Amino acid sequence: MTTIDLEDQFMKRVAADEKIEPKDWMPEKYRKTLIRQIAQHAHSEVVGMLPEANYISRAPSLRRKAALLAKIQDEGGHGLYLYCAAETLGVERDTLIEELHSGKAKYSSIFNYPTLSWADMGAIGWLVDGAAILNQVPLCKCSYGPYARAMVRVCKEESFHQRQGYEILLTLCNGSAEQKQMAQDSLNRWWWPSLMMFGPSDVDSTNSEYSMKTKIKRFSNDELRQKFVDATKPQADILGIKIPDSDLKYNEQTSHWEFGEINWDEFHNVVKGNGVCNKIRLKERQQAWDNGKWVRDAATAYAEKREQRKNESKQVA
Amino acid sequence: MSNTKNWPLWEVFIRSRNGLNHKHVGSLHASDSEMALENARDVYTRRQEGISIWVVESKNISASDPKINEDMFDPAADKVYRHPTFYDLPDELKHM
Repeated sequence: MTTIDLEDQFMKRVAADEKIEPKDWMPEKYRKTLIRQIAQHAHSEVVGMLPEANYISRAPSLRRKAALLAKIQDEGGHGLYLYCAAETLGVERDTLIEELHSGKAKYSSIFNYPTLSWADMGAIGWLVDGAAILNQVPLCKCSYGPYARAMVRVCKEESFHQRQGYEILLTLCNGSAEQKQMAQDSLNRWWWPSLMMFGPSDVDSTNSEYSMKTKIKRFSNDELRQKFVDATKPQADILGIKIPDSDLKYNEQTSHWEFGEINWDEFHNVVKGNGVCNKIRLKERQQAWDNGKWVRDAATAYAEKREQRKNESKQVA
Repeated sequence: MSNTKNWPLWEVFIRSRNGLNHKHVGSLHASDSEMALENARDVYTRRQEGISIWVVESKNISASDPKINEDMFDPAADKVYRHPTFYDLPDELKHM
């Protein structure tokens, strides 16, 4: 069969909502697009642990601390599910990690913003995880089997992340005036970066068309962003804090909340590496990797020695 | 040190409760089977998803080739007589 035939057959399978599995033939572009997206997703989970880690020792109660620890541990796990899914496409784990550390691979820009107060743990859970869930739920139906299956597990585990974050803010908003102000300040800082999490506007999104055609993606960036705004506005009202957008208004005709212009210069600037925390996040990742080297080496040496002993005892017998 | 950069890849199978099969849930890297089991516990059973874990080094799995799926699985396609509904029996016969 020629490549054109194979490609034709592939597109027919995708159109019929059949899943593509690792050993199936797939166009190189599909493979590359998936590796890029899944790796970026995995890196985001792992880098996403860093802004929260700072608050493990600063959580205001044992209940909050246990929840935060569990959330961060989940994120490590989610990174792993995703790296494994990427590896089924023929890329090595170490290569992916190297690409993260060298800056060649990207991760979600949201994690390049600083976490300045405890309220940020609430806002991250509510807004950042909320946005991530909206992105991820349609990915459970992605055309690539291993990615879709990883997403099913991630989504199942992640719903508590958003709820615990919202509960943090709810507690602050029902507390003293200062505590409520902390929650408002946190919303002010995280609102716009959260909207940017859905990526460039559809007209500027270079990768979207192919991803939609091959059913890696099922909704466009702007569609998901709108869903997020519609879902989040009433949640902010329940908290009693105000979304920092003077253009936000309800359109009776469309039943959607219209929102103001996103600062795309800021978005591109942070993607390029000039956000407040880009450098420290990568430095901390690199440090964690370097500091873990002796553990990786020791485990490898131990496994080799055991294997060797096993072989020696076999020879004696 | 070993030449391979990555620790070997392991496939993880979990039995969620007695009476059910072990089911493939994903994979992970570990230096040996003991570590693979411990990591599998931490990664795949954080919410009581299982009561038994198998790990198998991925290189030990032989898989069929989807390119020859037709030859492999088509012989079963035209053998409807292997299914109970193929046989015409009277309606009076309630359960069989």
